[in-house]
Amino acid sequence: MKKTDTSTYQHFLKVVDCQQACPAHTPVPEYIRLIAEKRYTDAYMINWESNVFPGILGRVCDRPCEPACRRVRVEEAPVAICRLKRVAADNKDDITPFLPKIPNKKNGKRIALIGAGPASLTVARDLLPLGYEVIMFERDAKAGGMMRSQIPAFRLPEAVLDEELNYIINMGLECHFGEEITSLDKLIAANFDAIFVGTGAPNGRWLEIPGHDQLDIKSTDPQITHAQIDTGINWLAKVSFEHLNYDEENPAPKKVVVLGGGNTAMDCCRTAKRLGADEITVLVRSSFDAMKASPWEKADAIAEGITIMPNYNPLEYKIEHGKLVAVLFEQVASVYDKVGNRSLQATGETLLVECDQVLVAVGQDTAFDWIERDIGIKFNQWHSPKVNKKSLQSSLPNVFFGGDAAFGPKNIISAVANGHQAAISLDLFCQNADPIEDRSDTSFNLVSQKMGIHEWSYQSDIDHQERNLVPHISWHEAVKTLNTEVELGFDEKLALAEASRCLNCDVHTVFTESTCIECSACEDVCPMDCINFVEEESDDSQIVKQFRVSELNSEQSLLVSAPLKTGHIMVKDEDVCLHCGLCAERCPTGAWDMKKLLINNINATIK
Amino acid sequence: MSFIKSKFRHPRLPVNDLGLTYRDYEGALSTLCAGCGHDSITSAIIQACHELSIQPSEVAKLSGIGCSSKAPNYFLNKSHGFNSVHGRMPSVATGANLANQELLYLAMSGDGDSASIGFGQFAHVVRRQLNMVYMVANNGVYGLTKGQLAATADKGVKNKAGELSLFTDIDLCVMALQLGASFVARSFSGDKQQLVPLIKAAMSHKGFAFIDIISPCVTFNNHVGSTRSYDYVHDHITTAAVVDFVPIKTEITSGYHSGESEDVCLHDGSIMRIQKLTDSYDSTNASQAIMEIEQQKQQGKILTGLFYLEPTASDFHEINNTNDTPLNKLTQDALCPGNRVLAGINDSFR
Repeated sequence: MKKTDTSTYQHFLKVVDCQQACPAHTPVPEYIRLIAEKRYTDAYMINWESNVFPGILGRVCDRPCEPACRRVRVEEAPVAICRLKRVAADNKDDITPFLPKIPNKKNGKRIALIGAGPASLTVARDLLPLGYEVIMFERDAKAGGMMRSQIPAFRLPEAVLDEELNYIINMGLECHFGEEITSLDKLIAANFDAIFVGTGAPNGRWLEIPGHDQLDIKSTDPQITHAQIDTGINWLAKVSFEHLNYDEENPAPKKVVVLGGGNTAMDCCRTAKRLGADEITVLVRSSFDAMKASPWEKADAIAEGITIMPNYNPLEYKIEHGKLVAVLFEQVASVYDKVGNRSLQATGETLLVECDQVLVAVGQDTAFDWIERDIGIKFNQWHSPKVNKKSLQSSLPNVFFGGDAAFGPKNIISAVANGHQAAISLDLFCQNADPIEDRSDTSFNLVSQKMGIHEWSYQSDIDHQERNLVPHISWHEAVKTLNTEVELGFDEKLALAEASRCLNCDVHTVFTESTCIECSACEDVCPMDCINFVEEESDDSQIVKQFRVSELNSEQSLLVSAPLKTGHIMVKDEDVCLHCGLCAERCPTGAWDMKKLLINNINATIK
Repeated sequence: MSFIKSKFRHPRLPVNDLGLTYRDYEGALSTLCAGCGHDSITSAIIQACHELSIQPSEVAKLSGIGCSSKAPNYFLNKSHGFNSVHGRMPSVATGANLANQELLYLAMSGDGDSASIGFGQFAHVVRRQLNMVYMVANNGVYGLTKGQLAATADKGVKNKAGELSLFTDIDLCVMALQLGASFVARSFSGDKQQLVPLIKAAMSHKGFAFIDIISPCVTFNNHVGSTRSYDYVHDHITTAAVVDFVPIKTEITSGYHSGESEDVCLHDGSIMRIQKLTDSYDSTNASQAIMEIEQQKQQGKILTGLFYLEPTASDFHEINNTNDTPLNKLTQDALCPGNRVLAGINDSFR
């Protein structure tokens, strides 16, 4: 078996699955430990450094970290990482003294940002402290992009949003709100050193079924307000910017049909409920389990009295006397072939759902009609700009893309990660370096956490508590007001209880061959049977057969030592390690130690 | 601070015929020194009991005094146990065995407990062929009292404090062979591949089974010059014969590849497959085993493996022709049949 390369951080970062799964590689266990010590400001700043919007993401992140949490390998539910992030944001003190200092003397380079969403703001956050002059253009009246226009205030209060956007805007970001860029060519001519495009995926998709062409009931123009058929994101934006003034002439819809099964659909139905609709049905083609919405969003919608009907495919908008009255559906069944491709088969049943409002939330697209096709930016077959995945540079060297604009609709944290990547590239580009070749990697350190016998600087004993549920206001009250946040967040007691569930996966078991005396103490004591001392053989599968548990998780790596004195090798299966430190406590010679991984430049690890 | 082992366990741990994982055979978390060989013996016992699907409630753990004798606290916490007076464990074991011959008696002792203060007790329990597994964790020093030389320490070695061993060492395997033990083996705590099958075979053997287990004292006898350190034993170990213990239904696998093999059927129908690693070895000849041990020792080697096996030997109960039903299962009527029976017995002497 090949000895694991422990001279780089790659093996170690892979063991911290939550951090690895986070597109921005937020050091999750590190900030959870700080929360456990009630050092909320410090925990917030660790977050702020890597994910820029801890208060926002602590509420509405897609949480790729949680399914990755190693806790699910030993029990039911992951650590409530996202809600702990919010705890740091809720309980922090004034953080302004800890924000980076913005140099008075600028470096003479001017960067234009198009769009004021999470990607652009991250670029601004990263470049302003380096002395860049950053100018941001946004068609809406306020910053935030989809975080403001598409996420309802009952999930993300405006005050939280404004606070975190203002940390960046107050760094000296030059903002041009209400200024839509209609020609990239003209902007290029305005003498910027580089341009970053973070315009998101602003166009909601329509469903072109019979009845769709009844223009007087459908809104293709975002400015047209009271349309009976609207895309979900347009409609949510109108609610957010208070363009929808329902009154006697234009009463709020009573019977609402939401088409689609993603998070936008969930936001639409819950918003409609708060505006006074009393019959709201979400109809989606897929099965309930295959819906794209996060499980907790579905659960919250159902708790608020929304009906979700999976396996229904819309056939036709029924229009009478110029008014929408119903939508006709056929029932379908999802059939999967051998490779897992889904096809929908009609069951023959149809369903007519009466309604006076349809919200179409079946996807959204990027919009690049303002980019001239002859200025050097190449597009691919899906009409997206060709960008280098590492540098995010387009075929026009001074134009960079990031977030949904670069790769289609994803999520906030991916946009933030792209922002970091692009900021590194923009900086290199402006300093006449190559954004790919000259990218620096990070350095790392492994620091022993030993304080004494049976004593570590982290909580090494394993808490067996189940996941704590986040408190919320009563569902009955929740649907009465548009802007009251539903979730209350963890109080301190719950937060500390939840924080202690973290397994501290960034505190690594580090093995030193030269001091091992092969007494097998670590192998014997490990509660998870991770450690194996085995005879070296040429065939890896024969080595695996010698393991205490030879059924491995192929997605997890092994820590393989060099040959020891007897010729045996130590192989540790990292899969279910609890990082309890018993191996290191039982080692008589200190061949095992618990060492915390410190990565010095997290942003450089985003690839 | 971690004095407790997590309750979480590997989700893919194998279960035995009783539906138990090996973790169901664990005891308290050891308080012995980090790296103590005794903990490896503990782990080997747990593994052996799990693999043989032994019902924990059908085991009695017995020990005397010493680091080794603390060890039963660290395995089989659902079994019976008795931590007796120093060196007097054999008496307690004998009493318990007399009262209930149906339990599996696992005794854990040390070089002080068995070769010094309890040497007399040890000799007699071997003689009596008590049906039990007698394990000695042999590290050559008195670890619990800070490393004085034990009676098993090789003549001429120095302990950690520099004290020279002036007297001839006692080899407990030789003693057991001379006194008529029907199963005698020596192993090393650092070689579970050899130790676990030996423990399994000893537990299945009916009669007195003795295993001397070299178990380095990592605190007081792991220095350069010690003949019981991990490094020394790793370098000087040699093996006469290994056993692969095979319950009838299980396929035979063995880590050792050379030498001839010989199958011995035990009383319960399982098979002990003995693989000879030296040509001169004969598992049925006790006096030859003693010679072999001595010869290897003169060459500076530590001979391990199965030394002697007499699978059809009689045990204490058979020799004494005791009642088949254990005493503890006899009713008061049977145990105390009353004046009429007593009068009958008395009359028979008249």
